[in-house]
Amino acid sequence: MTGEEPSAFWIAIQLMAGLDAELTDIVGRSLRVSLSAVFFASLIGLPLGAAMAVYRFPGRRAAVVLLNALMGLPPVFIGLIVYLALSRSGPLGVLGLLFTPGAMIIAQTLLITPIVAALSRQIVRGLFEEYREQLCSLGAGPGQMMMTLLWDGRVMLTTAVMAGFGRAIAEVGAVFIVGGNIAYATRVMTTAISLETSKGNLALALALGMILVLMALAVNAGVALLTGAGRARGRLQ
Amino acid sequence: MSILPLELEDVTLSAGGKRLLDGVSMTIGGGRRTVILGPNGAGKSLLLRICHGLLRPDAGTVGWLGDDAADARSRQAMVFQRPVMLRRSVLANAAYGLQLKGIGRTERIARAEQALRMTGLADHAAQDARTLSVGEQQRLALARAQSLDPEVLFLDEPTASLDPGATGQIEELIGRIHGLGAAIVMTTHDLGQARRVADEVVFLHKGRVVEQSPAERFFREPTHDLSRAFLRGELLW
Repeated sequence: MTGEEPSAFWIAIQLMAGLDAELTDIVGRSLRVSLSAVFFASLIGLPLGAAMAVYRFPGRRAAVVLLNALMGLPPVFIGLIVYLALSRSGPLGVLGLLFTPGAMIIAQTLLITPIVAALSRQIVRGLFEEYREQLCSLGAGPGQMMMTLLWDGRVMLTTAVMAGFGRAIAEVGAVFIVGGNIAYATRVMTTAISLETSKGNLALALALGMILVLMALAVNAGVALLTGAGRARGRLQ
Repeated sequence: MSILPLELEDVTLSAGGKRLLDGVSMTIGGGRRTVILGPNGAGKSLLLRICHGLLRPDAGTVGWLGDDAADARSRQAMVFQRPVMLRRSVLANAAYGLQLKGIGRTERIARAEQALRMTGLADHAAQDARTLSVGEQQRLALARAQSLDPEVLFLDEPTASLDPGATGQIEELIGRIHGLGAAIVMTTHDLGQARRVADEVVFLHKGRVVEQSPAERFFREPTHDLSRAFLRGELLW
């Protein structure tokens, strides 16, 4: 095995450099699925987080605890729930979504919405403390407050969205269960790595792993640039 | 129709078993500059917040002229000790209150620009508000309030964190806003400022109104021992 690793590494580089068809198919699907999930999770999570920061309602503290706890949901559990819902005998079986990218998007959306919502709540809450009296004084209603806080917190909120993306692109359990890891249909980077490793096809696995790491780096560098630029312009101080 | 006079009757506020405001009754008439004067911890800021409706008293009444509370609310503005700057441009900050009221874009920008010219900030319109100096930020807070053309302007120690030059600018602006027809209600612990600004003084000590009289009379012949002690600089809290 010791002699095989450098060669696998070398083949991995070649696969990436040559834009191998299977590799690009898998990377492209990973991005489509996870970016779609981030889009839907942000659509739900950002307003939900802001609402929980602004509105006072009975049981808010319990709701916050629950939301924070949901951040740690195991992907395989989400996968199982979505599987049951989408399977032919399940309540949403008629949609015929099981083992399609659609099912994977649903599962990842459920997985990361609590992350986006909980982090947004925390960020918006901090900003609300600072703005509250001024907004009340100017006669802002709760809806206007939410819009203002989401807009003014936009730079910091990218961190919440990126955290959701990081979780989505890196998880394997949920997409494996509801997608089935079908080649050229539902195979994504994490499921491919797991399969190719077990098959002994280390080169493809390694290439995918390296791309995953590079993407994680790129995403974090992007966030650092964004927030850095925001700070430089005096938005964060 | 005017919303003034503002009548407070027997207003009481407690927190943590402590009486912070104790049976405060006073009348704030139109056209005047009323200064709520008193040492630190007298309850000046709390009283101002109750007048403006940011805090609700435990007991007592706060009544504006007329029956329409929402109307009264929309015809007042407040400037805080520490200016709250939205993470937006100077112009967007000045226009924000008008935006909340649903004023159309063209009128909103025109009124905000006029307020910026008045406060000497027109050249900074496109700049990020949070990069302004503290003195400029406080002038922008005044511009934001003035753009609403309020009938009553509340100011809570607006110059407490400013140097003498910036303080002079703010006091001059307060005079001009008053000249345009707004009643001014301002808190300060600074005797010199009270002498420069006030038409009328409400002297507050330990949550009680000790004396309310025309400024000239208050400084010439205060009627209460506590007022005399404060004027002599012997009453520190």
